[in-house]
Amino acid sequence: MKAAVIVFPGSNCDRDLAVAFEQAGADVTMVWHKDTALPEGIDMVGVPGGFSFGDYLRCGAIAANSPICQSLIKHAERGGYALGICNGFQILTETGLLPGALRRNGGLKYICRTVGLEVASADTAFTSGYNKGDVVNVPIAHHDGNYFVTDEKLAQLQDEDRIAFTYTDNPNGSVADIAGVVSKNRRVLGMMPHPERAADTGHGGTDGVAMFRALMDQFATA
Amino acid sequence: MKARVYVMLKNGVLDPQGEAVRHALGSLGFDGVEGVRQGKVIELDLAEGATEATVTEMCEKLLANTVIESYRVEMG
Repeated sequence: MKAAVIVFPGSNCDRDLAVAFEQAGADVTMVWHKDTALPEGIDMVGVPGGFSFGDYLRCGAIAANSPICQSLIKHAERGGYALGICNGFQILTETGLLPGALRRNGGLKYICRTVGLEVASADTAFTSGYNKGDVVNVPIAHHDGNYFVTDEKLAQLQDEDRIAFTYTDNPNGSVADIAGVVSKNRRVLGMMPHPERAADTGHGGTDGVAMFRALMDQFATA
Repeated sequence: MKARVYVMLKNGVLDPQGEAVRHALGSLGFDGVEGVRQGKVIELDLAEGATEATVTEMCEKLLANTVIESYRVEMG
C-alpha cells in the first residue's frame, strides 16, 4: 500500500500516523498542504490530527480549502481511500467528503483520555480486522468532537451501515454516540479517536493496529 | 465598501457555549435569561462594486458551515 500523509501548519499527529502506516508495511510519503498534486499511484491518503491553521474560523475549514485538498477530493471521487483522524475527520466533513459536522464538546472541555469504542460496522476496509460489536480502547484528544447530523441523514447512515464506531460511554454529546463514519462507497473513514496512538506497546494499548493491518491486507489481496 | 456577515448555529443545533453563558449570567444574578445563542460577526472590506451575491458565495464556500450554521449578510 502506498500512503500519503498530508501535513498542514498545525498538524501534530502526522508523524504518528506515518509510523502507524509504516509499521503495518506501507510506503509513506509526507505531502505539504501547498502541494497541488498527490504523488503518483497513491492508494491511501491520511489526514492527520492536530490544529490545522490554529482552528481559525472553524476546525478544519481553512485546511479543507487548501490546494492539496482539491487533489484529495479528486482522489476520493476516483474511488481512492482516505482516513481522517480527529482534525482530519473535521477536515473531511468540511470538504463534504463525509456528512455532518463536528461541534464544540457538549461539556465544553477539551477531553484527552482513552475511551471504549464499539465496532458498529466491520464491513469496511478499515474495520474488517475487528468483529462487529467488539469493544476496543482508543484515545481521544479533542475539543470539537461532538458529531452532528440531521435526523434524516442519521437514518440514511444507519440504513447504509455507514457508522464505523460508536462510543460505549459518549464523552462529547455526539448524535447517536457516533465516533466515526464512512463515505457512501465505504472508502473514506473519518473518526475522532486516534488509532495511531494505540498502535505500539509503548502507547499503552495496541487496539488500533488491526485497522492498519486490515488496510494493508486490503491492498495485498487487491 | 464593507460587508458584515453574521454566522449563527442553526436553531435546533445545541449551542453548549451559549448554554454556559446563560448559566454564568444566572449565577451573576441576572434572572430571566431564557436562552443564549453565541455566534460570530465577520467584517469584510471589499473593493467597490462587490455584490451581495459574491458575499453569499463566500459564506457558502467558507465563512459558514451550512450543515450546522446559518448566516446573514449586510452590505454597506
